[in-house]
Amino acid sequence: MRLEAIANPSAARRLGLPALAIAATMLVAMLLALIAGANPLAVLGQIAKGALGSKLAILETLNRATPLIFTGLAVAVAFRARLWNIGAEAQLYAGAIIAVVLGTGALGGPLVLPLSALAAMLAGAALLLGPVLLKTRLGVDEVVTTLLLNFIMLLLVGYLLEGPMKDPMGMGWPKSTPLIPEARLPRIVDGLRLHWGFALAIIAAVAVWVIQTRTTLGFEIRAVGQNPEAARFAGMPVNAVLVKTALLSGGLAALAGWSEVAGLKGHLSSDLSPGFGYTGIIVAMLALLHPLGVVVTAIFVAGIFVGSDAMSRAAGVPTYIADMLMATALLCMVLAILLTRVRVVRG
Amino acid sequence: MSEIIDILISASFWAAVIRIASPLILATMGELICERAGVLNLGIEGIMVIGAFAGWMAVYQGMPLWGGVAVAMGAGMLFGLLHSTLTVPFGLSQHVVGLGVTLLATSSASFAYRLMLPEVTSPPKIAPFQPLHIPGLSDLPWLGAALSQTALTWAAFAMAGGVAFTLYRTPLGLAVRAVGENPAAVEAQGLSVTGLRMGAVIVGSGLMAVGGAFLTLSAFSSFFFEMVNGRGWICIALVVFGAWRPGKAVLGAILFAAFDALQIRLQQTPLGAALPYQLFLALPFILSILALILMSRRAEVPAALMVPYNKGER
Repeated sequence: MRLEAIANPSAARRLGLPALAIAATMLVAMLLALIAGANPLAVLGQIAKGALGSKLAILETLNRATPLIFTGLAVAVAFRARLWNIGAEAQLYAGAIIAVVLGTGALGGPLVLPLSALAAMLAGAALLLGPVLLKTRLGVDEVVTTLLLNFIMLLLVGYLLEGPMKDPMGMGWPKSTPLIPEARLPRIVDGLRLHWGFALAIIAAVAVWVIQTRTTLGFEIRAVGQNPEAARFAGMPVNAVLVKTALLSGGLAALAGWSEVAGLKGHLSSDLSPGFGYTGIIVAMLALLHPLGVVVTAIFVAGIFVGSDAMSRAAGVPTYIADMLMATALLCMVLAILLTRVRVVRG
Repeated sequence: MSEIIDILISASFWAAVIRIASPLILATMGELICERAGVLNLGIEGIMVIGAFAGWMAVYQGMPLWGGVAVAMGAGMLFGLLHSTLTVPFGLSQHVVGLGVTLLATSSASFAYRLMLPEVTSPPKIAPFQPLHIPGLSDLPWLGAALSQTALTWAAFAMAGGVAFTLYRTPLGLAVRAVGENPAAVEAQGLSVTGLRMGAVIVGSGLMAVGGAFLTLSAFSSFFFEMVNGRGWICIALVVFGAWRPGKAVLGAILFAAFDALQIRLQQTPLGAALPYQLFLALPFILSILALILMSRRAEVPAALMVPYNKGER
């Protein structure tokens, strides 16, 4: 077999194939439910109900979506320039550490929040700067270096929580001292358990969209991603563009950790992120790297996770079904997107 | 300083080095085969997890140990088939597919474990491989203790030799290397680029899974969710460090294992007590990054690595 480009893919092809990918994922969900000895349709229903069935469920889904929007944006920005940042998990924790460092009494007054957000972004950016400079200067593959940094960062968090940042009132739980009230993100509406981090995530998505569509940097990022050789030939500073992309990407990922600490938890613990950095890759790919699409897919992915937790308690299907479905959706979707552009021919 | 020398000359230290190196050698050889054929396999981390789980579960259900190794290999090859179908004939991004395969394999292992053992709180144990007694060799002073290893370790080293021989001394190996350098030339010889690349990824993934199974069937006797803990990513760094050559990659794995065995022992010295233990645990990852930097200028990357091949397209 070989692949042949389709000059003008029909609308049916462009919409039908991604829909087929979603359908295939649902089929896998039902199959897994059957294997687990549960009623497939009931399992799907319970996931949907757990994610959207009540005001509480919807708020929980939006809260869960908040860090995923940030990490999804971080990945989308980087992947657009073909910068493979798989280190959003580490950058997330860098932001979370800064939230604790500046939010537990080092700063006071109304400027705590903006200053610590800015510092968090700088920390995340700095963390990705190393791997990117290694890539542009020495040709070291950034996939492996960013992946390895995730493990190093998690160990650093473990050390901080047992040592310098340990909460003396923590009753032996490895968590940090709690943030002071001025360093906490308030709720958007009084009485509703949804913090300003969600609103900031939406603003960040719009900002990234504006950068990508309305600025020179956005144009350069796309050019470098599509064809770095051509971009270099056209006189574009390819390495400088990659560095700028990295700063933006690392900063966005750091906000995920910062908003989880300042908005949701109020302290840092080593289980702050159940893999938000890695899930951000799925969020970004499902959104076809579109910043506004990231908001939609982050809420969808968060809904699957929140819904699966509720379903697991009720139907006894292991909650890991959510991760399996996300991986399936990712693989089906990249194949579907490819097949909208090419057809398989024999020979 | 004398503490370190005492450690370095002890037979138990070198026994640990060989033991720690074994799963790394298996998985590194698997990744090396994939990459020599032109395919980066980021599924390695998850494939090691599924190998660790499947091999252990098979033995826990009553299969013999070697049966567990075979089951692990089969599970790894299945995920290799998935990876290579998407990356070779369809030419999809090897980064995205690899991470997707890692996520799918890891979550499949967790899902199956919870499904089969819903009530367990402490992981059940199996009877793992025991060190082989080799008449003559095992009775030697020092060497006998250092080489007191399980059959799976001996198999890992033999396999590395087999991979090196196949890659450099057989027509098949020549074809695999060529398909990672210049697939069009291989096609012109009447060989199938798709077949060679898919075969390399499937076989390589099988070896990665056996590397994972080493952890449950030889090193430990239970399965834990976090047990692979980045070893797959370290193996990718080892392939680069070994400049895509089997011999150098094995040496890299042994060097790496020596540092790992040393840091475990240093933790128990006064020096180790003065430093946070997380620093020692981070050492393997820091070393891997250093290895990548060190080799960055010298490595001869397979020319067609990560370049999909589509017939009739230049």
